[in-house]
Amino acid sequence: MKITKAEVDAVALLARLELTPGETETFTGQMDAILAYVEKLNELDTSGIIPTSHAVPVENAFRDDAVRPSIGVESALANAPDRVEGFFRVPKVIE
Amino acid sequence: MNYQAVIGLEVHVQLKTDTKIFCGCSTQFGASPNSQTCPVCLGMPGALPVLNRKVVEFAIRAGLATNCRIAPRSVFARKNYFYPDLPKGYQISQFELPICQNGHLDIEVEGEATRIGITRIHMEEDAGKLVHSDIPGLGSGSGVDLNRACTPLLEIVSEPDIRSADEAVAYLKKLHQIVVYLGICDGNMEEGSFRCDANVSVMPVGSATFGTRTETKNVNSFRFVKQAIEYEIERQIELIEEGGKVVQETRLFDPNTGETRSMRGKEEAHDYRYFPDPDLVPLVISNDWVADVALSLPELPEARRSRYRSDLGLSDYDAEVLTATREMAEYFEACIAAGAPAKGAANWVMGEVTRALNEAGKGIGECPVTPERLTALLQLIEKGTISGKIAKTVFDEMWTSDKAPEAIVEEKGLVQVSDTGAIETIIDEIMAANMGQVEEFRGGKEKVFGFFVGQVMRASKGKANPAVVNELLMKKLKGE
Repeated sequence: MKITKAEVDAVALLARLELTPGETETFTGQMDAILAYVEKLNELDTSGIIPTSHAVPVENAFRDDAVRPSIGVESALANAPDRVEGFFRVPKVIE
Repeated sequence: MNYQAVIGLEVHVQLKTDTKIFCGCSTQFGASPNSQTCPVCLGMPGALPVLNRKVVEFAIRAGLATNCRIAPRSVFARKNYFYPDLPKGYQISQFELPICQNGHLDIEVEGEATRIGITRIHMEEDAGKLVHSDIPGLGSGSGVDLNRACTPLLEIVSEPDIRSADEAVAYLKKLHQIVVYLGICDGNMEEGSFRCDANVSVMPVGSATFGTRTETKNVNSFRFVKQAIEYEIERQIELIEEGGKVVQETRLFDPNTGETRSMRGKEEAHDYRYFPDPDLVPLVISNDWVADVALSLPELPEARRSRYRSDLGLSDYDAEVLTATREMAEYFEACIAAGAPAKGAANWVMGEVTRALNEAGKGIGECPVTPERLTALLQLIEKGTISGKIAKTVFDEMWTSDKAPEAIVEEKGLVQVSDTGAIETIIDEIMAANMGQVEEFRGGKEKVFGFFVGQVMRASKGKANPAVVNELLMKKLKGE
């Protein structure tokens, strides 16, 4: 086994997903199969190779520090499930 | 048992750019909620971040000024966690390959110099702001304002080289002065432009292994940093002495009580799952770019101080005060460039100029008396045209009237009288009117000399050259 049910539960918690015991079971099996497949890559010797962070060989995309118009409060809040006085409203967060 | 504190600091420096790090929204402080947002900083699906070139330049400046190595290649990473002020569900930061590494700052506490290592400096975006009260109709919820989301920050992480609260404050003050000098941060701690997290642990003196550390978050003044660290050191020592164990945790400083308290509960298993952000391409910094930035760096306070001492012959104290801010140092140097005597300019900038600025609630950048005019005034003193005392009157006039000192002196007839004949006449009159005191002086009571000087200066309306007065008066009183 590449992955345990406990690990799947931990990942689900980090992603804020609520899984039923049946789902945890199913996903553990599926993720285990995926990891076993990817494990093949470890057969290659990559010791002298710089880790690849991007698939395309592009570097240094910049913009200048010039202000562009914002979209406005109404557009910003248009999709908000809840709002109050120009703010998004969320359940109380205790500081 | 005796204990040794071990302290490392993480400082967040908000960069003084016009726009955010990954989008063109303004970073202006104080705008109405969510008015400075766009799909990128709101975390809309599909929006692509593009790096602000100025942020990179500012990071290189900070790295060079703190003796760091600038990484030829660095990468942005996603730090994943959920919190309502973080719209994307991740913060774009740097992890394995930060832009600067292996720097240091030298600090001095009570005459003892210490080198504090800087582990790394990385670029990242700030989160939004949560508001828990003072919104009409808020009810039991919290308000989210994303204007601050995506504002550029540098995180500057020190090595655990700091051994006391005083050293921590000295390090922070030095770092603060540097980022303000560099023009990359406004340094406003109240508005959160420069904030600090303190990692503190204690261990028995001589121990080779550090104790368990706590992290005290967001301490936003030098005084609070000192309080928070001192409290934390004492708390940990007491805990250990009582047979307890320090728990690794995040703590919050309460400025009202001067204490730190646990933030446990909020802290679920931290697992940020960093990975390279596929939306942002790697950052490659050429030696030429670093060299260009190096050329544009202003002279830093330390270098200025030593130059003021060696080239201008100023005292440690004068050099320290004059370099406290870049604006003051530049004002002072403009005086020197205009031909002012170093010591005279130093005294005036630290004295009259600072006093008048404080009274008017102005910064030296808004000083109505230009360095050139101040220099002209100092030269009038040097030439003996006016006395130092009269110069203060002239200065006050310059402050309000926008006139050159020469014009004021002429207009008000303030030219110093050095003509011995004129002064002798005054002295004769004063002596004739105060024969009693003349006898006292001749009888050995030399203290009355001051009385005569005062009388002569008053009679001349302050315009008599004090050196000439002293000399003539002494001769005449002694009957020479």
